[in-house]
Amino acid sequence: MNNILEVKNLSTSFFTHAGEIKAVRDISFNVGAGEAIGIVGESGSGKSVTALSIMNLLPYPGRIIRGSVCFAGTELTNLKERKMQLVRGNEMGMIFQDPMTSLNPVYTVGNQIMEPLIRHQKLNRGEARNKAIEMLSLVGIPGPENRLNLYPHEFSGGMRQRVMIAMALCCKPKLLIADEPTTALDVTIQAQIIELLKDLEVNINTSIILITHDLGVVAELCNRVIVMYAGSVAEKGTTRDVFYNPRHPYTWGLLKSIPNANAEQKERLIPIDGQPPDLMHTPAGCPFCPRCAYAMQICAEDQPPLYRLGEQHRAACWLLHPSAPRVERGR
Amino acid sequence: MGKDDILLKVDGLVKHFELSQGFWGRKAVVQAVDDVSFHICQGETLGLVGESGCGKTTVGRTVIKLYEPTAGAIVFDGRDITGLKEKEMRSLRKRMQIIFQDPYASLNARMTVGDIISEPLIIHSLARGPKLREQAVKLLQKVGLSPNYINRYPHEFSSGQRQRIGIARALAVNPDFIVCDEPISALDVSIQAQVVNLLEDLQQEMGLTYLFITHDLSMVKHISKRIGVMYLGKLVELAESSELYQRPLHPYTRALLSAIPVPDPDAAAQKQRVILKGDLPSPINPPAGCRFRTRCQFARDICSRSNPEMIQVGLKHMVACHIVINRLTDRFFNK
Repeated sequence: MNNILEVKNLSTSFFTHAGEIKAVRDISFNVGAGEAIGIVGESGSGKSVTALSIMNLLPYPGRIIRGSVCFAGTELTNLKERKMQLVRGNEMGMIFQDPMTSLNPVYTVGNQIMEPLIRHQKLNRGEARNKAIEMLSLVGIPGPENRLNLYPHEFSGGMRQRVMIAMALCCKPKLLIADEPTTALDVTIQAQIIELLKDLEVNINTSIILITHDLGVVAELCNRVIVMYAGSVAEKGTTRDVFYNPRHPYTWGLLKSIPNANAEQKERLIPIDGQPPDLMHTPAGCPFCPRCAYAMQICAEDQPPLYRLGEQHRAACWLLHPSAPRVERGR
Repeated sequence: MGKDDILLKVDGLVKHFELSQGFWGRKAVVQAVDDVSFHICQGETLGLVGESGCGKTTVGRTVIKLYEPTAGAIVFDGRDITGLKEKEMRSLRKRMQIIFQDPYASLNARMTVGDIISEPLIIHSLARGPKLREQAVKLLQKVGLSPNYINRYPHEFSSGQRQRIGIARALAVNPDFIVCDEPISALDVSIQAQVVNLLEDLQQEMGLTYLFITHDLSMVKHISKRIGVMYLGKLVELAESSELYQRPLHPYTRALLSAIPVPDPDAAAQKQRVILKGDLPSPINPPAGCRFRTRCQFARDICSRSNPEMIQVGLKHMVACHIVINRLTDRFFNK
């Protein structure tokens, strides 16, 4: 499979007055053409910063300090802003979490969808208008001709998110980065958006990076999953690997702390005790060590490598070392 | 009190909000809650689910009279509290408390944790002097926080810990009934389970009764004994939680349940989805007749003509839908 995006040893830090916050620490992954990958993790695990690093949109005082991001053969980390603008919105589409704040309230929806078409595809206004109507009906907005002249506040949350998706997709990008696209939406609207993204993956062969904290959404949409914890990769693999054969205690914890809506019997939830670590003072060893029920001495001292468990499956945990004690997945 | 004693009974609750619209002060009415009836037994958890704007929070706030109801009756522990004045309510507030959704907005940033927790004790003159401190320490321990935190300010805590402080404040007056208004939706997945377990333990320990308001359908099944589903200000279905998930009757409940993303790739691939078309109509001008009919795939003439009543269809199962009721009664006549 051709990789559309290759991220190698990416590290991103925020240099604040209080010190360096290591938001993303040495992560690597790639995305194949037409593939959907999910990045899951709790707030502060570095998933959004990863997306912003890929798009070169890091806010001050954030900086990529190491690593490379290679998109369709072009290295993005040292690309000039002028060149980057030709990639962003054209070959790489973005959907942000909050549809209320990511649209410009003083421009009509039509104007905002037409902007990338006029800028990147060099269409004239008439052509751009027709294309915008086509995109709005593709994302399931009824009566698109009339809706073009409306302002964002006249749309509901679900409709605004569709407008965002239409904007992101109008230039037929090779890669769509969706940062929590359904978090602000109700379940029935979320279901509509998930179906829409599934169709897009099939119909226009766009690769998707889906960033979310909802394991259910990942299970429905993604071929592969990356589980992030405290800025680094805890486990990655195919969706089936991670959901049916998880090997990292953090993944076990995540899967156990959500109630199963199909369960017959009521089981007690098993939470992960403690709090996520402070990224200003990252522990020397495994970042999950203070919350881990299986922690050994080595876990507090050295960071575990990513062990290879299958063709795609990797997990960073000392329990996978050949001389570590064998533990059952369980309490 | 026995196990099946009714603690709270709500009958035909209506809450309308008046909005002034336009220059000439034309009035528009938001029909946030319209004719909702249910009861909660002692020690039980009733879940209330629905999408944003369906009126579930308004129900929660109206039953403890943070809002004045427009019509209907609220009976708490055998006493009609609908018409009670604020002064008379105050003594009852000791018995009913609320936990809010947003752990950032619901704690006063200028007060220490100790002060936040002891404030209800002072207001209700339940403790004073050194006993006040003692009580606050006990409450902190009860919700799993270290007593050393007593002099800290809310900003020093994570969202999960703040929610624990909110719970401690609600528990301070030793209430019987707590409205939990989306207590976990602002929290991370791994922290949500901690808070839900805490709420369950406290219920066991103190015999609490919860009205649990949420939009998280998997969590509500886990925590509640019975669940009510709301749509646009109306209760459309009410049943025991296992019954509701196994045999949902109302078309809206079915769509809602099929929309839950399941964390299981194989099951997700096989799942049949009912995708609802369109968006929630405005509660200012709700559709006449059945409020769900504009998005319902089964809607017929009757649905726009008359408003479906809640009808008992099982031992503890009620539903408000013409189509479902017709189908169920047809079975007694045809063939």
